[in-house]
Amino acid sequence: MEEHLKDKEETLNIVVCVKQTPDTAATVTVEDGKISWGDAPLVLNPWDEFAVEEALRLKEAHGGEVTAISLGPEDAKEALKQSLAMGCENAILVSDPSFAGLDSLQVSKVLAAAIEKVGEVDLVFFGRSSVDTDTGITGSQVARRLGWPALSLVAVINSLDPESKRLEVERMLDESRQQVAASFPAVISVVKEINEPRYPSFMGIRKASKAEIPIWSAAELGLEGDLESALTWPDVYAIPKVDTECEFVEGETPEEIAAKLVDRLIEEKVV
Amino acid sequence: MTNKVLVYVDHFKGEALPASWEAIGAARKIAESLGSGVTAVIVGQDVQSLAKQAIEYGADDAVVAESPALADFQPEPYADVLSKAAAEADVLLLPTSGRTRELAAMVAVDLETGMAPDVIEIAVDDGLVLATRPIYAGKLLSKVVIKERKPQILTTRSRAFPKPEPDASRSGEVTSLEFELGEVPTEVLGYKEAAGGVSLTDAAVIVSGGRGVSNNPSLTPPDEITDEKEQEIWRAQQGFGLVGDLAGVLNAAMGASRAAVDAGYIPYANQVGQTGKVVSPDLYIANGISGAIQHLAGMRTSKTIVAVNKDPEAPIFKLARFGVVGDLFDVVPALTAAFKERLGK
Ligand SMILES: Cc1cc2nc3c(=O)[nH]c(=O)nc-3n(C[C@H](O)[C@H](O)[C@H](O)COP(=O)(O)OP(=O)(O)OC[C@H]3O[C@@H](n4cnc5c(N)ncnc54)[C@H](O)[C@@H]3O)c2cc1C
Ligand SMILES: Nc1ncnc2c1ncn2[C@@H]1O[C@H](COP(=O)(O)O)[C@@H](O)[C@H]1O
Repeated sequence: MEEHLKDKEETLNIVVCVKQTPDTAATVTVEDGKISWGDAPLVLNPWDEFAVEEALRLKEAHGGEVTAISLGPEDAKEALKQSLAMGCENAILVSDPSFAGLDSLQVSKVLAAAIEKVGEVDLVFFGRSSVDTDTGITGSQVARRLGWPALSLVAVINSLDPESKRLEVERMLDESRQQVAASFPAVISVVKEINEPRYPSFMGIRKASKAEIPIWSAAELGLEGDLESALTWPDVYAIPKVDTECEFVEGETPEEIAAKLVDRLIEEKVV
Repeated sequence: MTNKVLVYVDHFKGEALPASWEAIGAARKIAESLGSGVTAVIVGQDVQSLAKQAIEYGADDAVVAESPALADFQPEPYADVLSKAAAEADVLLLPTSGRTRELAAMVAVDLETGMAPDVIEIAVDDGLVLATRPIYAGKLLSKVVIKERKPQILTTRSRAFPKPEPDASRSGEVTSLEFELGEVPTEVLGYKEAAGGVSLTDAAVIVSGGRGVSNNPSLTPPDEITDEKEQEIWRAQQGFGLVGDLAGVLNAAMGASRAAVDAGYIPYANQVGQTGKVVSPDLYIANGISGAIQHLAGMRTSKTIVAVNKDPEAPIFKLARFGVVGDLFDVVPALTAAFKERLGK
């Protein structure tokens, strides 16, 4: 298309929802029902890196801007700073004392309200799931609340046209990949196959460290007194330590070892 | 509909996931405590036969929603139908899959209720379902209760609940659900087949390979492969060939560590772990896998773990029931031969 025909409205307005989570290598413990990960750093939820990367790639290809949104306490700003450092234009922290400990039914309500407040959004990206709660449902719930098509577990975006507002993707089913078309606005959650996330650039990190991140409260989103989780978590505990004493199978030759091991597996009725 | 406990039968193009029947087994236990029966819900096109199967596996009756518009799984119309079917229920169970996580999440929004995915244990306490689910990549377990809202929606992890024995003599009423679909916002264009073979999540036995499968310096690649990376992949293919032979005699699925996937030895669909599939087979044989915490996250609930590794200090041995310290290029073919002999294949 000729450059002068490219009017501003055809660029993309993208939101990416990101969460702050403990590093996956952290040793997680529970004391008095409280989960702790020691000194391990909080990071951008690893799955969300793929979401940020895909949003940035689309922006770079078609023009537009990317806004990262995180719901969480003040320290969730670190996840937003990492998103800014990777190349997002804007970041918004959605934070309120009444948001503490919400389940995804309510988190999705808050995020949907925030996306509507951003306004004129074309695409919203989500990661596959949070590595702390391992739920993987928030994106679908936000899509349902907004009434927008849900394109979940997307492994590749085959085409996207800002003019006709149509895109085609492949989503992962356990049995195969389903090829799906939809129109904007749409909600997309991505899997790790979709791309290789970039590292923040030095310039990006510097810019992010100086960024003022606005905070949106429940009142600003019109959600006061409106949030009650459906779930309660009466107990959380470390997995019971199973003392598997490893039985090392030894022998002179691989054949002897193999025969012994197979015998043991048959004795123990494993096979 | 009379029963207060519903099970959604998940299927791909009319073929049910075995975990659907496991969910029916779990639902029976809940229903007994609540003094109710179990109704199976089936959504799709040409899926009547699933209703009969569901009843054989323990459902008391079934409702079926059929329409050409439901021929392909799409979350929105499926959620429209399931929300209608489940509006009056106390409990809705679904087997965990990529489809049902999303479907259950949307039904929870429609009915403004709670949803807990991937539960591994269920009890009934004071008339409410008390579920257990792994969090933090399986390092912790969390109890979950959905209070004061109905239905309580849960998805059950594959192989966490026993599959009931089917009983062909069982019978029950099968009714059609009346429904209207909202506008379907997506269009299914087609499918790209995934690599065949035994499905990882349903497999009773999994044989896996890690970075170690490429580590055999004595194997000489053909002359035309000169690139170092290509040579490594060629070696890995020989290694995975051996792993595949072992999987073959055990009728097992093939798994892999992320290191093996990232190095291009095997597709991502085979990856086990935090960023791959979560599996809990009866037997998991890890070959040339060190046992990083993110790998363990995907397989620690396996009933019996066997590890083959050169390094006696490899962390995988801390979880393994049986270990062999040795070179997988020697041990794996010997194991294949020994199983062949003993299992009479
Ligand atoms: C956010 C995040 C998510 C991750 N998700 C996953 C995931 O889902 N799944 C996953 O697996 N990993 C995951 N990882 C990666 C994980 O941390 C490890 O890097 C990976 O599991 C290592 O794979 P490996 O055991 O095959 O390789 P290595 O750690 O390199 O181990 C290779 C092993 O093979 C042994 N060996 C070598 N040669 C031979 C031989 N000839 N015979 C026998 N033994 C041999 C060695 O002794 C060694 O123990 C993740 C990491 C991060 C940061
Ligand atoms: N508190 C949050 N703030 C912003 N995005 C979130 C939040 N929680 C979850 N998400 C998004 O939803 C995805 C799925 O999360 P979950 O349903 O919690 O597993 C994540 O990968 C994020 O993209």
